[in-house]
Amino acid sequence: MLDANRYKCCYCGAYVSVCPTCSSMELMETWIEVSQGCKDCSVCTKICPVGALEAEV
Amino acid sequence: MRCDVVVVGAGPGGSMAAKAAAMAGLDVIMLEKRQEIGDPVRCAEGVSKASLKEFLPSIDPRWIAADVKGAKLYAPDGTCLTMSEDKAGAEVGYVLERKVFDRSLAAEAAKSGARIMVKTRATGLLFKDGKICGVKTIRFGEALDIESHIVIGADGVESKVGRWAGIDTTLKPKDISTCAQFLVEDKSIDSNYCEFYFGNRIAPGGYIWVFPKGDNLANVGIGIVGSKSEPGLPTKLITNFVQERFPKGKAVEMVVGGDPVAGVMETTTADGVMLVGDAAHHTDALTGGGILNAMRAGVIAGEVAAKAIAAGDVTKAGLKEYEDRWRAAISRNLERSYEYKEFLLKLTDEDLNKLLGPLAAEDISKMDLRGMIRLMFKLNPKLLWELRQLVV
Repeated sequence: MLDANRYKCCYCGAYVSVCPTCSSMELMETWIEVSQGCKDCSVCTKICPVGALEAEV
Repeated sequence: MRCDVVVVGAGPGGSMAAKAAAMAGLDVIMLEKRQEIGDPVRCAEGVSKASLKEFLPSIDPRWIAADVKGAKLYAPDGTCLTMSEDKAGAEVGYVLERKVFDRSLAAEAAKSGARIMVKTRATGLLFKDGKICGVKTIRFGEALDIESHIVIGADGVESKVGRWAGIDTTLKPKDISTCAQFLVEDKSIDSNYCEFYFGNRIAPGGYIWVFPKGDNLANVGIGIVGSKSEPGLPTKLITNFVQERFPKGKAVEMVVGGDPVAGVMETTTADGVMLVGDAAHHTDALTGGGILNAMRAGVIAGEVAAKAIAAGDVTKAGLKEYEDRWRAAISRNLERSYEYKEFLLKLTDEDLNKLLGPLAAEDISKMDLRGMIRLMFKLNPKLLWELRQLVV
């Protein structure tokens, strides 16, 4: 499961655009929601400009 | 709640679509999921003067942070090339104050009759008998369904409207530019020129920009292609650059974001749905600029919505005019820029120096980007052989 560090996040939404599962990520104002639909592909972690997304081991 | 058209997203593309549709007599609702339109900014804020005036003949001085003379391009070895603003492309001329500009465009849409609903997030499409008939939203924590004939998705790089409608807008890492930007205060900022710095060491598969905003301020940002990025890399690299280029500079604001650099989508329409701006990958893959393309597509989408509703055909076929018109206006440039981007990704810093270095001895001050590329081809035919089809 993906871990979104909301203390690092600058809430840009870029990660949503590369997420292969449409419904698993959502940006709401300053809040990232990662749902159970996340497939742990980690594509979004490379895209995050501030490194706020990490794949939980 | 009912209306003719719901526009999802109140950026420049959404506001222009809402305004055009409202001016054509439609009942329009424009949604913005954030509570403030235009904030936080996710953009370097540069636009060409001539192109902006094409849409907005009367430029409000409050929109303009700086009016620049041109652009300076820096090769990895430090060679500097200077271009005039009217030739330097769609991102050079004015540096906007997007927080003011976006709100003004939304206000113009409102004056034209569109209803604006902030803090209202689209969560899905409404379907009736298998046909799209509006959007589901959450407004101030409450569910609200809005029925409409047409939904215009102007919901930015993180667009979901397209995916809900069956249009795959997912970006591959090589087709997104991941960006970070500081607003820097420093006495050494040159208020007359936008600066662009190239090189794989400082900005792999992208570039760094310095866009002056007046009063010793500048947007100093970086965009790097996702396939060459790693977690947090844009922020690390731009922090290093600011420390080197503006050692006494003070960062007074930070924004981050992503730009599609993906070329032309196969389709941007579905039954009852049109996509506009970043949601439709209308961004220039070479520069990452997308404000003007979004505005242009927004106007077309608003006008076509009115025609399709009047004709009683909002199917994909009924919205074909939208596809035809935006493609006629911008797809050739988008395709060409994508080819250039793909080519530039392969170049080493040594290659970039070979390409840009010889131009320093030429008079390129009044040359546009295409002219420059033609000249580069003439000077480096072997290196640019892959691009020969685009140069003619």
